[in-house]
Amino acid sequence: MRKTRKPPQQINAGSMADIAFLLLIFFLVTTQMNADSGLLRKLPPLNTDAEPPKFPERNVFVVLVNANDQLMVENQHMDVSELRAATREFILPACNDPDQPVCMDTTLYVPGAGPKQVTLTKHLVSLQNDNNTSYDMYLRVQNELIAAYNELRNELAEEWYGKAFDKLTDDQAAPIKVVYPQNISEAEPKQAGGPQ
Amino acid sequence: MSKFKKKGSKEAPPISTASLPDIVFMLLFFFMIATVIRDTSILVDQEMPKATEIQKLQKKSLVSCIYIGRPIKEMRSKYGDEPQIQLNDTYKTLNDIPDFIAKEREDKIEAQVPQMTTSLKVDKKVKMGIVTKVKQELRKVNALKINYAATEDNDR
Repeated sequence: MRKTRKPPQQINAGSMADIAFLLLIFFLVTTQMNADSGLLRKLPPLNTDAEPPKFPERNVFVVLVNANDQLMVENQHMDVSELRAATREFILPACNDPDQPVCMDTTLYVPGAGPKQVTLTKHLVSLQNDNNTSYDMYLRVQNELIAAYNELRNELAEEWYGKAFDKLTDDQAAPIKVVYPQNISEAEPKQAGGPQ
Repeated sequence: MSKFKKKGSKEAPPISTASLPDIVFMLLFFFMIATVIRDTSILVDQEMPKATEIQKLQKKSLVSCIYIGRPIKEMRSKYGDEPQIQLNDTYKTLNDIPDFIAKEREDKIEAQVPQMTTSLKVDKKVKMGIVTKVKQELRKVNALKINYAATEDNDR
């Protein structure tokens, strides 16, 4: 007579949870969660031979920050909170204003919407800070300048595609970047006021 | 004798904890995926400035960080109060930045080199002088994509 088969012995899995907890705690301690985020910029290549492109004065939006974190925009004292609107106004084509950049009309091919008549300006935002400007202030100014561009780009993207700018594909974004190119140039900082 | 025997005791059967490891493993996997290994201990004060137009950095493997700030309390007696540049795990000078970038580039594929981003993690109280010098060094070695680290500003 054959023996009746015994069911296989159950393995005690009670310690499995402990092991998993150990691993979990190890990962909690050795890793960090914060995603890197910040303002993405591109530095101009270092090329000492090339002459900096000349822009007529009316095409240049001069933003100066001094050692005391004070802001001067186009020779006028300004608060950071007003900078965004001022930048916007400058970038937007206004062809009859002698203080604003020169305009030119072109036709751009917009994917999905065909050719569009647009007005371009050859503008430049020139940012200059002092060596003693605080980084916080510098970043706030940068932020406002970028915000002005982003607002305008978003508005155009809504108008053309009904979507926000960062939701667009590269093809769709290209004509918008032609209309509002981010021309932010940074001059060498000045050393004025205060010790180094 | 009654036909119906009372079965065993009246105690409830023990609660099975067999699914506990599964739950913990789920948590474990979540953390393994959602986090990155902390690679450097930060030796400078880091209070990030706030900004509204921030973008998240993609491809963490292509990001190298330069930390600038006042030395942390424990290091102040040795290094003083002036802002320091930290690369990897130690304080370095401006002249070490080209080497640092070259090292970072070494183990990347050539096609990826233009996509490499240098993240400047600068404390908000630092003056722009040192930051500008760092930027000049980066321009010299053609590391042009930079990222000014900032935290999201929800108030403005």
